Amino acid sequence: MWEYTNKVQQHFLHPKNVGEIENPDGTGDVGSLACGDALKLTFKLDEKGVITDAKFKTFGCASAIASSSVLTEMIIGMNLDEAAKVTNEDIANRLGGLPKEKMHCSVMGREALEAAIANYRGLKIPMAEGEVVCECFGVTDLEVIRAIKESSLRSVEEITNFTKAGGGCGKCIDRLREILVATVHQGADIKKVVEKPKRMTTLQKIKKIEEALEREIRPGLRKDGGDIELVDVDGDFVTVSLRGACTSCAKSQTTLKEYVEKKLRELVLDSLIVEESK
Amino acid sequence: MMRPENVVYMDNNATTRVAPEVLEVMLPYLQDYYGNPSSMHRFGGQVEAAVTEARKKVATLLGADPEEIVFTSCGTESDSTAIFSALQSFPDKRHIVTTRVEHPAVKNLCENLDTLTGHKHRVTRLMVDADGMLDLQKYEEALADDTAIVSVMWANNETGVIFPIEEMARMARARGILFHTDAVQAVGKIPINLKELDVDFLSLSGHKLHGPKGVGVLYVRRGTPFVPFLVGGHQEKGRRGGTENVASIVGLGRACELAAVNMAEENSRVKALRDKLEQGLLASIPHSILNGHKTDRLPNTSNISFEYVEGEAILLHMDQYNICASSGSACTSGSLEPSHVLRAMGVPFTAAHGSIRYSLSIYNTEEEIDFVMEKMPPIIAGLRQMSPFWKADA
Ligand SMILES: Cc1ncc(COP(=O)(O)O)c(C=O)c1O
Ligand code: FES
Repeated sequence: MWEYTNKVQQHFLHPKNVGEIENPDGTGDVGSLACGDALKLTFKLDEKGVITDAKFKTFGCASAIASSSVLTEMIIGMNLDEAAKVTNEDIANRLGGLPKEKMHCSVMGREALEAAIANYRGLKIPMAEGEVVCECFGVTDLEVIRAIKESSLRSVEEITNFTKAGGGCGKCIDRLREILVATVHQGADIKKVVEKPKRMTTLQKIKKIEEALEREIRPGLRKDGGDIELVDVDGDFVTVSLRGACTSCAKSQTTLKEYVEKKLRELVLDSLIVEESK
Repeated sequence: MMRPENVVYMDNNATTRVAPEVLEVMLPYLQDYYGNPSSMHRFGGQVEAAVTEARKKVATLLGADPEEIVFTSCGTESDSTAIFSALQSFPDKRHIVTTRVEHPAVKNLCENLDTLTGHKHRVTRLMVDADGMLDLQKYEEALADDTAIVSVMWANNETGVIFPIEEMARMARARGILFHTDAVQAVGKIPINLKELDVDFLSLSGHKLHGPKGVGVLYVRRGTPFVPFLVGGHQEKGRRGGTENVASIVGLGRACELAAVNMAEENSRVKALRDKLEQGLLASIPHSILNGHKTDRLPNTSNISFEYVEGEAILLHMDQYNICASSGSACTSGSLEPSHVLRAMGVPFTAAHGSIRYSLSIYNTEEEIDFVMEKMPPIIAGLRQMSPFWKADA
């Protein structure tokens, strides 16, 4: 059983604004039957550009229905610029939180809103412009990158929770990891937010990584006069610092990726990404 | 807590109520008779006698010899034991034949054999047709000289579809290949007589037949090569180390006795209730589809898809009326994809996401069936009204 907040249950059992507006000013259609959830959002504007009415039709689980319902409540009374700023986190927060595996439901709400606004403005849906990286769920790289940035995602598992990407056949997982690494690197502005629970807790990870370093990795490095220290573990990102001979070694980057990362993936968790602290 | 008397429980393929008769015989072994069956003193010896008695009862239900019964901790352990035992007994045979619709206890094991054993294996996973049935010709073709074991479930937990185990076991035996069946859902619901079958291993689980959770059985035909899965003490004649879960074993023995008595009712009254529910729902709810073969099916199980709506949402509405059932939708499977069983049958996504499994037991009543038949149509209609794919006139 999922642990749903009272607010989620309320909006699921007694959803607000179910239906479809006739002659709407904006329509957003996202998701599909195959994906297991879909949402059609319609809204009406007054002459000042304020949303006077919004309705939804949703195919999906309790959190998808609740996210849609609360979204319509939130945006009625907003002008389009305000509505455009509503994020999936805002939707989830209004519901008192969602189970992490269900965050994609709030993402769907936000995407439907964006699509509806784009429809009104006669623009293309920005996120759909990207390259599809997950065929199973039709998720583009732009959607993945945005989710990583906005929700400070730190592992492929979290990307799946938020976007569904990677949750089907799994063949896109390597690509998702690449995007994750690239995004986290260029995005120095990404704020560190509260730790999200993970399948293996960070403490467990640290303990296992320390063990693996001590048993399997340090002996090899020390032979060559080097050493390694664990600096930080954040999601799947493992920050280490190379010591001794390693620091001046031209091959240190190769050592890190080819040796340390490979070993840690083998011994601890195969999604780990090792980086050097600078 | 929700009290059982307020619940309409139709999720008996997930787990069952412990029969009061079962609980009654278990309690003394949790209270007074705590001796270790392996001890030399009489205080332990009397407990060993109770385990022996339970072993006989299980054997009787299955048409087996008591010595062929090995107690385990669950159905999953029994499945693992059978498959690993065969692989270790024939180290040069690295092929397994199984199906696409097995319970995760077999499915996930077979999918991860290479990692688990450190050896490369070939796994043939037999397809099923739209009714969930196997093609026996394909099965015969799959049997190879290096096949270590066939593992095919007797009855499917999601759809209740029954496989022709008698014939399949015979075909494996003719090729000299060991045959394992996961009969967790079949035992207690349909008659089984292992004396007349070429089955080498059979798994069952206590909590599916009104026994306690955390106890299972692996039947091992006499003379079958066997390598234990849990290595330890000499319990179970060295076939499964670990001090016996005495109270649960005693309870399972009683549950097997009761199952033999209740089998007729299961296949008459319970089946009639199931049929009434199924036909009622299919008739009163448009765009609903039965999943699984119409007749080659357990008497207690009905899996129905309600198109254009999602299973978790249906279940949570049912929960408002204290009706318990299951769904094969993605949101309830713990993954993002709907049930592997329904997908293997080619059930379209439109239907797989909205599938509900009703599984009854002898404790269900006609009033409960009427109650569910009354509550379901408005639940489905309400959700459809909310669904972007539903066209009222469709
Ligand atoms: C067909 C089948 N096999 C195996 C199992 C696992 O049994 P247990 O829960 O005792 O491990 C189940 C129960 O969920 C089942 O339905
Ligand atoms: S392509 Fe992403 S899970 Fe299949």
